Amino acid sequence: MKRLLVVLGAVCFVVLLLGAMFDLAPASVQLHAAVAANLPASGVEHPVTAVLLNFRGYDTLLEIAVLLLAMIVILATGIDTAADVRPSVNPVLQALAKLAAPLMIMVAVYLLWAGAFRPGGAFQAGAVLAAAAVLLHLVELLPGWQSPSTRLRLGLAGGFLVFLAVGAGSLMRGALLEYPPEHAGRLILLVESGLTVSLGLILAGLFLLLSRDDGDGP
Amino acid sequence: MSLEFIFDLLLALAMVWSAWRSLSASRLDRAIVMFIVFGLLMALAWARLSAPDIGLAEAAIGAGLTGALLLDAYGALKRREA
Repeated sequence: MKRLLVVLGAVCFVVLLLGAMFDLAPASVQLHAAVAANLPASGVEHPVTAVLLNFRGYDTLLEIAVLLLAMIVILATGIDTAADVRPSVNPVLQALAKLAAPLMIMVAVYLLWAGAFRPGGAFQAGAVLAAAAVLLHLVELLPGWQSPSTRLRLGLAGGFLVFLAVGAGSLMRGALLEYPPEHAGRLILLVESGLTVSLGLILAGLFLLLSRDDGDGP
Repeated sequence: MSLEFIFDLLLALAMVWSAWRSLSASRLDRAIVMFIVFGLLMALAWARLSAPDIGLAEAAIGAGLTGALLLDAYGALKRREA
């Protein structure tokens, strides 16, 4: 009976949503045309990257700030340093991971570079880097982060700091994150490289810092 | 009915099915695998909606990282029980 009511409620909600979808007014602002018109001045050829890193760079700056904040909170809550004992790993998996990791790093660099003119970009590249780190961690080739070194902490914050420095530099020249068109492409690549490294480390950190379990402890 | 419409219809049905299976599976490992399947189908759906950027991010984070994290948590749970 309860199940039937829940299903009935869900179906009603779906019908309502579908009705609302067909009832939508056409968009009053044509953002597509505005982006297309300003694309040559943005320094990149792919509209999504142009919006993320140039037209709405402020949003991306805050996004990496939020991710960094999440990482800092995880570090602040304390990492328990209990040794993580895992069952021994199959050597075939280790060999496969050793083959896959360099390829994944290459894919990440490709995605970063391709972001300028086709789908790709810092976030996707960072995610692939993080996946490589997680893979290496799962096959025991990369130890969990017991106590992050200064270099690691710098890497975690680096993307945000580079972005902030570029933002501060553009603030001196005029408006926040308003790149001069002749240098926009290079500045975006610089920011994106920093973001890729930091995002990769932060996303991997979510895994490498949280995945240690005390289930095997005494 | 064009081929594209049939593909989209199948994709939508498969997504609803995998989401339901992931929620209703009685075994945790099956639920996690269905969640990963759902993430991959979701990435395909984004690509079909001509948003390949989001599709890439979804495949890497939604299916890859989250799936690995869930599987790792499942392994830890298992080891704790044993």
